[in-house]
Parts: sequence; structure tokens; C-alpha cells
Amino acid sequence: MEREIGTDTVKRGLAQMLKGGVIMDVTNAEQARIAEEAGACAVMALERVPADIRAQGGVARMADPEKILEIMEAVSIPVMAKCRIGHFVEAQILEALGVDFIDESEVLTPADEEHHIDKRKFKVPFVCGARNLGEALRRIGEGAAMIRTKGEAGTGNVVEAVRHARAVLGEIRRLTTMAEEEMMAYAKEIGAPYELVVETARLGRLPVVNFAAGGVATPADAALMMQLGMDGVFVGSGIFKSGDPVKRARAIVQAVTHYNDPKILAEISRGLGEPMVGINISLLPAEERLAVRGW
Amino acid sequence: MVNVKVGVLALQGAFVEHKNVLTRLGVPSVEVRLPEHLENLDGLIIPGGESTTIGLLAQKWGLLEPLRAFARSGRPVWGTCAGMILLAKEVVDGVPGQPLLGLMDITVRRNAFGRQVDSFEADLLVPVLGDPPFHAVFIRAPVIERVGAEAEVLASLEDGTPVAVQQGHLLATAFHPELTGDVRFHRYFLQLTA
Repeated sequence: MEREIGTDTVKRGLAQMLKGGVIMDVTNAEQARIAEEAGACAVMALERVPADIRAQGGVARMADPEKILEIMEAVSIPVMAKCRIGHFVEAQILEALGVDFIDESEVLTPADEEHHIDKRKFKVPFVCGARNLGEALRRIGEGAAMIRTKGEAGTGNVVEAVRHARAVLGEIRRLTTMAEEEMMAYAKEIGAPYELVVETARLGRLPVVNFAAGGVATPADAALMMQLGMDGVFVGSGIFKSGDPVKRARAIVQAVTHYNDPKILAEISRGLGEPMVGINISLLPAEERLAVRGW
Repeated sequence: MVNVKVGVLALQGAFVEHKNVLTRLGVPSVEVRLPEHLENLDGLIIPGGESTTIGLLAQKWGLLEPLRAFARSGRPVWGTCAGMILLAKEVVDGVPGQPLLGLMDITVRRNAFGRQVDSFEADLLVPVLGDPPFHAVFIRAPVIERVGAEAEVLASLEDGTPVAVQQGHLLATAFHPELTGDVRFHRYFLQLTA
């Protein structure tokens, strides 16, 4: 009865257990407990939420391990943490701390403008952002056990999350109608590993769990992403930058479970207080767009 | 396997994976999110996921008592991983006040193996399923620390820790048969609906 750890099944399996759930950004133990009590299926331990990273500028790096450990101590649900794109030493440190999932994230300032981390070398699973099918399959090829569409983090504006979800899901729909001999050229066109293109066509979905992220601020936003076909939702600044985080966190969790029931959505959307102030993406200077980071 | 309809609690977690196995076996299934979805079902699966999340949602939508009544009516209920935690009478290392169904006379320890890096796969001997061994996937898995007089151990780890138990028509596994291609546990569960 030999035990095998760090296998693809075990890594992808944790992502499968998170499905139909909400993963919330938290910056301290108190917020982590609020998230757990609201029904979050995991938390993302951060030093600053994306909205603050945006406002304060400068280089955004992995959080202080002290901060991450404080959050791991506070809750019993899985704890994720972010490292910079390509910064495999930050990832090694996060694995050594014992975090349950690493997000190689465009929300932090990239450490490598050509290469992502070789995620197959790690026992801990990784989630990566993607704007389209090619990007998603390249990350899976590098060993990502979960994908999240990027959206535009810290804006409270769901438009980019919708764009990226529609891109990934639309390309998969196209792929499922393709003749097999067309798939090699398609793999070349989107810059994705051929085997993963074929596997995605056969499954009719990504081979790993696919969450929405980047701009979800209301229960309706969360349900929208679920109805579009996402497996679950990340909420970053949307909860703790709103008027009543406890109420909003609970409502978004309910919305992801009952995403197909407008009557329930109407009920849980009532009286939530002020949502986070949003940003119009068209007014965002090109250099401040986070989603274009990653290659 | 004909003429049975199985519900899968669909509040959060890997419920689609269970539905996919049932579909492969030719068994229709229903996603259960509200008490009225329990009507006309012959059995229920509580999937893996986060037990705190599933418990809170079950409480919020008034499902705890209807789920208990469903099990008491003699229809089979199977909990995998988080589902096993929900079925247990007692949980160690849970969140204080975590809602439970408390139907099986077992004590379960949450996250018993540590964090995700300690999650593993292993072959398990499961006598009721016969040969070959069952390939089991343990993800931040719980274990059973105490087995009450009414419950029977179906499988244990090499150190003797029980990881699958049955109490009459109630079944609990610490691992995830829905993540492997092996349908024998689902068949075993379905045969309890007879």
C-alpha cells in the first residue's frame, strides 16, 4: 500500500473539491475567519488586495510568510497564496510554508517576462490565469492543476472576466466541432500543446477546473460567471472593499450555489450595502492593465 | 440498476463527478440544493468539497432536518470526504459549531493527514468489493478515529486507520471513488437502494 504524493490526480483533485465555491482574497486572520464563516471554500492570503496594489503602485511581490502563516493558523479551509509569474523561488518558499495552492499571478509584478514556472517540479498544485484557450493550455502544459480566467483584478468591473470566459469557452465549442486533422494547425495557431488540444476536444471542456476571476463584485456577477459555464469564482477586492463585507461574502457564496435560480438571487441581492467602487476598463491606461501580463 | 433515481447534494464541491459516474452506470441523478429536490429519490450522495461550506449552505437553506429524515426513512446515503464529515456524530478539528447531520456513530478527524502536499493516492484492500485492490485518492482527507458499535469497517490504511465504514444503509469513505475510473464503490452503493 505505497502512498504516492504530488500526483496530477491529487493536485487536480483538490481543485475539483473547490468547485461550486467561492475563493476569497484576505489580508489578515480576521478577514480569513469572516470568509470561512461566510462559507468560502478557500482563501487567498495576500498582503494587499488588487484594488490597493493598483492604488499604491510599486512592485507587488509574494506576501510576507508571517502573514501567510497567520492566515493558515486562523482557518481550517485550504489556503492559497500568490507568487510572481516566473518567480520559482517564491513558489518554493510558499511550498515550504505548506500552502495548499499557489497562484502564479499577473496581479503581482512579473519576475520573468518570457517564462512561467515549471509547475511539474512541485508537489503543491498551481492555479494560473488565462485570457484564452491557448494561454490556458500552455499553463496546463507547464503543470497548472487549475485555471482561472484573468478578468481585470481590482476593478470591480466584470466585463473582462466575461470577455475571457467567453473566449475560452467559445474556443472550446469551436474545437469540439473540428475534424481531427484540423487540430494540429489549430494547436499551432493558438500556441497550445497538441495533446492538450486533442484532450480538450474529447472532453468538451478544459482538462482542469476553470474558475472565473478579476472583477466579480456582486452576487449577480458571480451567478453570471457560473451561468456562462465557469466552475466557481474568485472574489478579490469585491468583498473587503465593500460597505458590508460579512453580508456580501455570504450573499456571493449563496449566489454561486443557486446561480440558476433568479428568485433566490433576487432575495440574496437585497440590502447588501455599497459595492466596491468600480473602474471603467476603457479609462484604464494600457500600462495599468494586469491581464496582459503572462505569455 | 434500473428504476432508481439518485440525488447528489449540489451545494458545493465535486458533485458533477459523482453524477458522471452514475450516468456511466445508466442511473439518472438529480442535483439537490433545496429540500423539495429530495422528493422521489431512492438514495443520496454527499460529495467531497469543503465540509464547512456545505454545512453552512445546508443550514441556511433548511436542508439539515430533511436530510436527516431522508436517511431515517431507510434510503441509502453515502458521504465521500466532506460528505463523511457531515454524516459523522462527532468531528475533531472541525470549526466550532460546524453544522453536521450526525447520522453515523463515528468520530472523524478533519484534515487528518496534514495539508495539500500530504494528499496521496494508494491501493486499498476492500473485502466487500473483492479483487483487485481499490485505487483510492485522499485529498486533505479526514480519517475515522472511533467506530461505534453499529458501524462496520469496510477498509483501513496499512496502520489500521479506518477510511471506509458502513452503518446499515449509510456509507462513508474518506477518499474519492468519483475521481478514478473504478465504479465498484458506486455499484456497491446502488445495490443498497434495492
